[in-house]
Amino acid sequence: MNETRLAIEAIDVARSFGGVRALTAGNLAARFGEVHGLVGENGAGKSTLIKILGGVIKPDSGVVQFDSEDVTDSIATAARAHRVGMVFQELTLFPWMTVAENLFAERAPRGASRLIQRRKLVTLAEEVLERYDVRGIDPRALAGSLPLAQRQIVEITGAFMREPRIIFLDEPTSALAENDVAWLFGLVRKLRDAGAAILFTSHRWNEVASLADRITILRNGEHVATRERFDEDEAVTLMTGRTIDRMSPDKPAPAGDAEVVLEAEELRDDVLDGVSFKLRRGEILGVGGLAGQGQGELFMSLFGARRTSRGQISVRGRRARLRKPADAIRKGLAIALVPEDRKTEGLMLPMSVRANLTLAVLEQVARGGVIRPWREKATVAKAVERLQIKTRDAALQPVGTLSGGNQQKVLIGRWLLTQPDVLLLFDITRGVDVGTKHDIYQLVVELAQEGKALLYYSSETEEIAQLCNRVLVMREGRVVAELDRTADAESIVAASVSVVPRA
Amino acid sequence: MIEPGVTVELGSARTSRQLRDGFAQNVPLTLALTILAALSALYIGLFHGQLHTYPGVFEWTSIVNTAMPTVLVAVGQSIVVVTRGIDLSLGGIIDVSNSLAAVHMHSSLGSMAVWSGIVLLFGMLCGTVNGLLVAYARLQPILVTLATLAILQGLAIKILPKPGGSIPEGYSNALANPGGPWSIFYVVAIAGLWLVLRRTATGFRIFALGNDEYAARAHGIQVRRVKTIAYALAGTLAAASGLFLAATTTGGDAAAGDVYVLTSIAAVVLGGVSFFGGRGSALGSIAGAFTLTILTNVLFFAGIDSLYQSFFQGLFLFVAVLLGSFLGYLLRRRR
Repeated sequence: MNETRLAIEAIDVARSFGGVRALTAGNLAARFGEVHGLVGENGAGKSTLIKILGGVIKPDSGVVQFDSEDVTDSIATAARAHRVGMVFQELTLFPWMTVAENLFAERAPRGASRLIQRRKLVTLAEEVLERYDVRGIDPRALAGSLPLAQRQIVEITGAFMREPRIIFLDEPTSALAENDVAWLFGLVRKLRDAGAAILFTSHRWNEVASLADRITILRNGEHVATRERFDEDEAVTLMTGRTIDRMSPDKPAPAGDAEVVLEAEELRDDVLDGVSFKLRRGEILGVGGLAGQGQGELFMSLFGARRTSRGQISVRGRRARLRKPADAIRKGLAIALVPEDRKTEGLMLPMSVRANLTLAVLEQVARGGVIRPWREKATVAKAVERLQIKTRDAALQPVGTLSGGNQQKVLIGRWLLTQPDVLLLFDITRGVDVGTKHDIYQLVVELAQEGKALLYYSSETEEIAQLCNRVLVMREGRVVAELDRTADAESIVAASVSVVPRA
Repeated sequence: MIEPGVTVELGSARTSRQLRDGFAQNVPLTLALTILAALSALYIGLFHGQLHTYPGVFEWTSIVNTAMPTVLVAVGQSIVVVTRGIDLSLGGIIDVSNSLAAVHMHSSLGSMAVWSGIVLLFGMLCGTVNGLLVAYARLQPILVTLATLAILQGLAIKILPKPGGSIPEGYSNALANPGGPWSIFYVVAIAGLWLVLRRTATGFRIFALGNDEYAARAHGIQVRRVKTIAYALAGTLAAASGLFLAATTTGGDAAAGDVYVLTSIAAVVLGGVSFFGGRGSALGSIAGAFTLTILTNVLFFAGIDSLYQSFFQGLFLFVAVLLGSFLGYLLRRRR
């Protein structure tokens, strides 16, 4: 049978970046007719391996084979010849071009005069979107005007419509809502049944476990194991090299009659539709619901980064006018926000860990406008210690060279230095590996125990269920349900979708 | 269970957003044309106020012929700006083209054709060199073209040390006929060529790489080659601009092109082509070129001392750009 033929094989592939060995023994073999899951912590070398296989970066050593043919020296060309499709974390969309132009790009229909036929392009794009069951995206819309999830859907559709024989999907679900994930899995299974090989990475273990026919685990740039099934604890142990008994720590005791530090009353604007809640000291208040139901807008409004036309925000019982982030910071609010386009906001990637950490508290470490290095050093050392940021040298290492999880820790660390009462945590674990996730959960619970108030959004419902004392479920800019600490992922999801939508 | 499928926005919100997007896409072009129309009206008004008659064939001819070199170089500059670059050397190419034509062109048809060809090829060559340095040597466009600008200026002085030379009358009449605004034909032609370019593979690639070079590469576009082509096109258009300038002035001047370094950029700015690359239309830049030409006339009829002309030109540019960004702000706020 064809199906047992090897589609992709990597043998001892290695690659270093400026002295850092990202991949030392990348070994992997995926068959045609198989969904192959590739898992490991951030920094385990998954992305490096998948990018080498896709021909985006070159290996230092090792062998890469497509369909049992050695293609090591010309992977990029071979990828085209073997019809290899790719969806990587960096989207390849042209923001100021339409969805149709993006889908077809170099394959746009041309007439006898060799000119691009615009109307036909739109019709063809409509057909493609229909065929792949994509609803609600207009082929004439500019790609850059779509929300991130839809952009990801366009990217995925673009890869699948080329009917690849081998496809690499690197974290394709990180930006997707749960119903979109189901859609993607449908496409993947269909492609597999048609005999293609799919290589797939995800930080969400459930996804890998449910989708993959076989799973390869990488750790520290090395192949650890490949099998059909792992149970979760075993997989986590293999990925981290240590035993993590439970994914999330115990929920802290409910706040009860603790002081209300943040209160929102009837927040309204073009997205929010009358959001009210109270947040108490020591509480972790979850904000759930399907992606894009106004959660991001709520966080930005609370942080003064968005004009909320109506409604009232009170901090520690006093009415606060938050017209810009500086107002919010002064009132003791802090936000750790992983923007939808990770790496575009928040951190200054080429600058050092130290500079990034002290950015918001420069006046604490400076006198007369001049930074006093010893003071800065002490402040930074404390933060690095507390958050367990893994850095070679905080003063020198650019933040951009840290792993994703450690970048997130720097972002949180910066705001902790401002000693806030309220922390707005927006999807801080997105794209973060299990080990770091565990550290972050631990930290969140500790902060609550110290008496800070936390508002917590995550694109993973499971995480909200495990971590939060109370959960607000949002839909179409409104809070449609408030669940107590016994809420589990299923009840949150049920509340997210059970409301009858407006006509 | 959650239904598979894709998140759908509510219908009405979606359509109105699309309308806005469609409009937002064309705002810069619409604005450029509006500014041109408003300024033309002002010109006609002032003209009538002073001379109690309307601008006639002579005036319109003069405007079209004066604008023509700016139109050509502005279209070239637009192509480069769409790739996220900038080309300062276009002014230098005009210098050399203008001088070459004034020194060498004779009144025989053969000479006119041959020297036009040589000049255009020369412009293409200069553009290609710029493009190679930017795309393959990965130098900053502004540095590369600043250097080539100086080199070309020196070369032009060598070719034509003192203003002079001559352009055959037939050539002048063909390109910049003083008897009527026939050159508008060339404006229409260049606008048409631009619309065709937008629909060719090369045009798509130029815009694609201006949108996102990484994405362009991922789609198999040969980014460096396309970039070089963009600079070569711009160089060719600058050379054509030099020829038109020679035809209009019926002579040569080694420094005649210098002013176009900034005028071409100003026209692109007025035309609303984004300096972040990947969007905008050269049609806007053409409107911008006319706007700048008419502005000179407006300032003249407004009785402004020619010494202060550049002061008011700057002020005008400033207001136009502010207006554009204010409109953009209004549109964004409404989303």
